Amino acid sequence: MENRINNLLEKKDNLLSIYFTAGYPNLNDTTDIIKKVVDSGADLLEIGVPFSDPVADGPTIQHSNTVAIENGMTVKLLFEQLKDIRKSVDVPLIMMSSLNPIMQYGFENFCKKCKEIDVDGLIIPDLPVEEYIEHYKSMVEENGLRNIILVTPASTDERIRLVDENTDGFIYMVSSSSTTGENKKFTSDFEHFAKRLEAMSLRNFLITGFGIKDKMSFDQVCRYSKGGIIGSAFVKAIAASDDVMTNIEKFMKQFN
Amino acid sequence: METKLIPDERGYFGSFGGAFIPEMMQANVTELREQYEQIMASTEFKEEFEKLLSDYVGRPSPLYLATRLSEKYGANIYLKREDLNHTGSHKINNALGQIILAKKLGKKKIIAETGAGQHGVATATACALMGIECVVFMGEVDVARQAPNVGRMKMLGATVVPVSSGSKTLKDATNEAMRYWISNPFDTHYIIGSVVGPHPYPDMVARFQSVISEEIRKQLLKATGTEFPDRVIACVGGGSNASGAFFHFIKEEQVELIAAEAAGKGLDSGFTAAATFKGKSGILHGSKTLFMQTDDGQVVEPHSISAGLDYPGIGPALAHWFESGRVKYEAITDADALAAGKELCLLEGIIPAVESAHALAALDKIQVKSGETIVVNLSGRGDKDLETYLQSL
Repeated sequence: MENRINNLLEKKDNLLSIYFTAGYPNLNDTTDIIKKVVDSGADLLEIGVPFSDPVADGPTIQHSNTVAIENGMTVKLLFEQLKDIRKSVDVPLIMMSSLNPIMQYGFENFCKKCKEIDVDGLIIPDLPVEEYIEHYKSMVEENGLRNIILVTPASTDERIRLVDENTDGFIYMVSSSSTTGENKKFTSDFEHFAKRLEAMSLRNFLITGFGIKDKMSFDQVCRYSKGGIIGSAFVKAIAASDDVMTNIEKFMKQFN
Repeated sequence: METKLIPDERGYFGSFGGAFIPEMMQANVTELREQYEQIMASTEFKEEFEKLLSDYVGRPSPLYLATRLSEKYGANIYLKREDLNHTGSHKINNALGQIILAKKLGKKKIIAETGAGQHGVATATACALMGIECVVFMGEVDVARQAPNVGRMKMLGATVVPVSSGSKTLKDATNEAMRYWISNPFDTHYIIGSVVGPHPYPDMVARFQSVISEEIRKQLLKATGTEFPDRVIACVGGGSNASGAFFHFIKEEQVELIAAEAAGKGLDSGFTAAATFKGKSGILHGSKTLFMQTDDGQVVEPHSISAGLDYPGIGPALAHWFESGRVKYEAITDADALAAGKELCLLEGIIPAVESAHALAALDKIQVKSGETIVVNLSGRGDKDLETYLQSL
């Protein structure tokens, strides 16, 4: 099944992917943020479904999750907010969520709803690849979605191959052993990891995430992968003042 | 439904368990999963563990026939005195087991989470004993209400990190410890204190705690001529002392197993921690289990007067034993527990931890039969809870 993620990866390099938490800073910001980020040059968008106890996230994203839940964001409401999104944006949209909110909505219902709205992919950090293959893969594929799976410098070659065989979007390359938003420098460890992956001749493209906070770190990861994902730095920037749209404009300017 | 004692190779007890962890934690958890059974089964490990349990912890802990309490209920009530262990609770059994394991895995640093501070103290103790650096994560609320244990951990050389996210209690301390582990994956071992978390933790911790039921059987045989009591009662937060007290009885259907869950201010008060009564299946802290959550899948903040039971869920094995009907659950309120704790002080001269007082309070919830034999697991001592007791007098 054709998918925007694959089309984009085939034709463009240096992809800028932006993550934001739905319902943050304000409950009804979701569609405005999406449009503004796309207008400001993002190639891909990751829409975060807030969860009360996100283990892989650092303090910035956890805080945005807490605020979003307090604001009243739910999976049901998020789908409601996104129902007409395709009338205004055409970039790939990816839902990023911990497994539990999806499970409670119903995994299959979640996939169907994504298809209905024309969302392109999923990122579920606490769904391990083995569990995905056994219980969830068929539902994802039947609905034309791409499940993006993470690999880290500590992942074995065997697991990386397993991920590569079971995804058709891109592989989410975690830049270092850390939670999201840690201000690590992209040292030789990252280069070593990137070269290790390159030598494996994987069939999927790689996009790097974790610790990318500005143009400089973005350019650095683009040397070794198809693009970079910015999460915590963006989340922090949009709440810098009350004017969310101006904050987005200011933050995105550095990439143009 | 068949009741499982040991999980399958993916860590499932029936429909609960597994290892739902981000890829960043896979290497650590896989290393542990691949090696724990083999290391624990080795003669070298067993000898070191057993020697420490006897010479350092003071095991076997006594099985004490509480005569005045027995008289009140018209039954033979035995207390398994885990409160008499070094550091004052059952938590030391697991902390020592895991630290020997960590040493054998070549780890240089230990992290832990703690609620009441009992597990933190046990871990800090084990680390001091082995000369290994120790960092303990503890919710800010718990730091305030368990000050004596915070002091003890510091005396033992541990670094206590107050956690200010979420409800500032045990679940948030667990989140922070997991994050730290993600960022320090190579030289650090995470000593989880309860039977929660990704496989192999629920199984591994239960095995370290199973020394409790192993001893109960031997001690009861000597005292009464039979290894099997009519009932075993234990409190459940995450479920480590209950797993240990039930372990060697799970397959013995004639023994009724009763778990006392913290109902807080009441099951329908909105301030409770009773996961089997108020929870449903979902994924939390790396495993599929029962926990309290909203319809949208957000964790509901638990409440219990006991910091050690203030956790929104229970371990996957306990969720499975609940589902299979093998373990019966009783809801105990804060008030029930305080009353039972105070009663034990006056009848037997023992100040129980507020956690253990929940188990004692279950005696009032069940129909005690005349002459039956009941073992109550007294998981910890109440010095740390004096303030709580005194405030309620």
